[in-house]
Amino acid sequence: MGMTLTEKILAAHSGVDSVKPGDLLQAKVDLALANDITAPLAIKVFEEVGKPDVFDKDKIALVPDHFVPNKDIPSAAQAKEMRDFAKKYSITNYFEVGDMGIEHVILPEKGLVIPGDLVIGADSHTCTYGAVGAFSTGVGSTDLGVIMATGEVWLKVPPTIKVVFEGKLKPWVGGKDLIICLIGQLGVEGANYRALEFTGPAVKDLSMDNRLTMSNMAIECGAKNGIFEADEITMAYVKERTSREPVVYKADPDAVYEREIVIDVSKIEPQVAWPHTPDNVKPVSESTGVELDQVFIGSCTNGRLEDLTQAAEILKGKKRAEGVRLIVIPGSPLIYKQAIQQGLIEIFLDAGATIGPPTCGPCLGGHMGILTKGEKCASTSNRNFLGRMGDIESEVYLVGPAVAAASAVLGRIGTPDEL
Amino acid sequence: MEIEGKVWKFGDNIDTDVIIPARFLNVSDKDILAQNCFADLRPDFGSTETTGDVIVGGSNFGCGSSREHAPLAIKSAGVAVVIAKSFARIFYRNAFNIGLPILESKEAAEAIEDGDTLSVDLVTGEITNKTKGGTYCASPIPDFMRSIIDAGGLVEYVKNK
Ligand code: SF4
Repeated sequence: MGMTLTEKILAAHSGVDSVKPGDLLQAKVDLALANDITAPLAIKVFEEVGKPDVFDKDKIALVPDHFVPNKDIPSAAQAKEMRDFAKKYSITNYFEVGDMGIEHVILPEKGLVIPGDLVIGADSHTCTYGAVGAFSTGVGSTDLGVIMATGEVWLKVPPTIKVVFEGKLKPWVGGKDLIICLIGQLGVEGANYRALEFTGPAVKDLSMDNRLTMSNMAIECGAKNGIFEADEITMAYVKERTSREPVVYKADPDAVYEREIVIDVSKIEPQVAWPHTPDNVKPVSESTGVELDQVFIGSCTNGRLEDLTQAAEILKGKKRAEGVRLIVIPGSPLIYKQAIQQGLIEIFLDAGATIGPPTCGPCLGGHMGILTKGEKCASTSNRNFLGRMGDIESEVYLVGPAVAAASAVLGRIGTPDEL
Repeated sequence: MEIEGKVWKFGDNIDTDVIIPARFLNVSDKDILAQNCFADLRPDFGSTETTGDVIVGGSNFGCGSSREHAPLAIKSAGVAVVIAKSFARIFYRNAFNIGLPILESKEAAEAIEDGDTLSVDLVTGEITNKTKGGTYCASPIPDFMRSIIDAGGLVEYVKNK
């Protein structure tokens, strides 16, 4: 029986020839990831397991990005705990403030995840790396602590849903709109315990930054992972970042899918996920009445160079509407630097934006850009849960970077065509 | 093992952000996490004695962030078991890993209301509503998850191997 892309990578990492949905596997992990919030608990678990050393100091990535630069004394203690652990075990991929960015932005950027890898992270958006043709999924801190000790994880093989994107993209429609549209169709629980395999002519020419946005949000419909087959675009991206040899897996022609969903992208206009679930989706044309207090451009979903470039093109020579706070956060130091070199930061500053250091920022409502009662924010991030960005009576509308930039100028949700 | 407790009822898609909001993630002390559990959604939860209580949720309980602080906060608040129509994948895994009992039952989740008293047999999965009457049977726990529970959590399971 043929295997899907996800099944192939899982089989290869578990020392078996073939797997099928429901099989329980003990899989070898190529990279284990934790951040300043999830690492402290994982470290405690690692110590409880009692191994003298980590399984491989080169295969663990520790990224402070949520509450750094330290937002308060307890956060400083948590960041230090991770720093001390990294030092004690000589963890190669620890990123100190200054080198750090958002974990899911810097790992692919630095070539730490390549096609064929199996990556497990103590962060739900670890599914982002499906964009480079890797199997990657999020777990909790206990799983991660055990992985740091053993290098292995137990996984149940998920059934795969194949998603075929057909047609030609309309203007201002990008990866964010495609994935929000899919989540709207599937529902927040629609892919629970399942793998998503993204394919079809409409995503063939899609850039890596757009693919990363799509895989990033696979978890928002409950999926275990959301994967693309590696192609020339992937290889060009990966080649300049690593000397490791990628392993390109392809789904078998007779692979068995649980179901197939076809989306005609030529029918999709920019999408907006309304509060308070990512599947509460409406087209932008039905969202133009939403007045805004804040616009956030950044996060592991849309904090990459292409996102910032698109936003800057729209904001060039324009000003944010009065009463709207515009927060722009590049996802990594490299993106920050490129944005400076390419004049994007100047455009943002002239438009009245404030620029944050490369961190998660307002995305999770813990540090910077938090909303108070009644405030509304259009955000390029991935979650609009009740109270996600602050007060339980605040509202987050999820959009792509083009709509976010236009909305900052309009003072309400809208498209660049309205400017 | 049979427990008896009062119900805290929640709806569908209870995400880990509302179970423990991000601003409380600057510590991983389990008692502090317990105090801030459901801080915004049910402010009375953290200030009430919840030892032995039962949480009943709708579908997709524990969705969103992978923060293990969420099941940890619930467990540290003394909650004896979480019953839901369905659980999100990462929360499900985390709950077993840290030893928080969880049971899946659509019928129980639909019929049981806030404040009801339940008796729950954690081994057989039998749920009885002592306030309103009615007995429900939770979906059986998969063998592999059972072996993690029997070992006393994932850490012990790995150590025993
Ligand atoms: S940017 Fe937001 S979603 Fe991404 S890792 Fe940070 S907090 Fe999580």
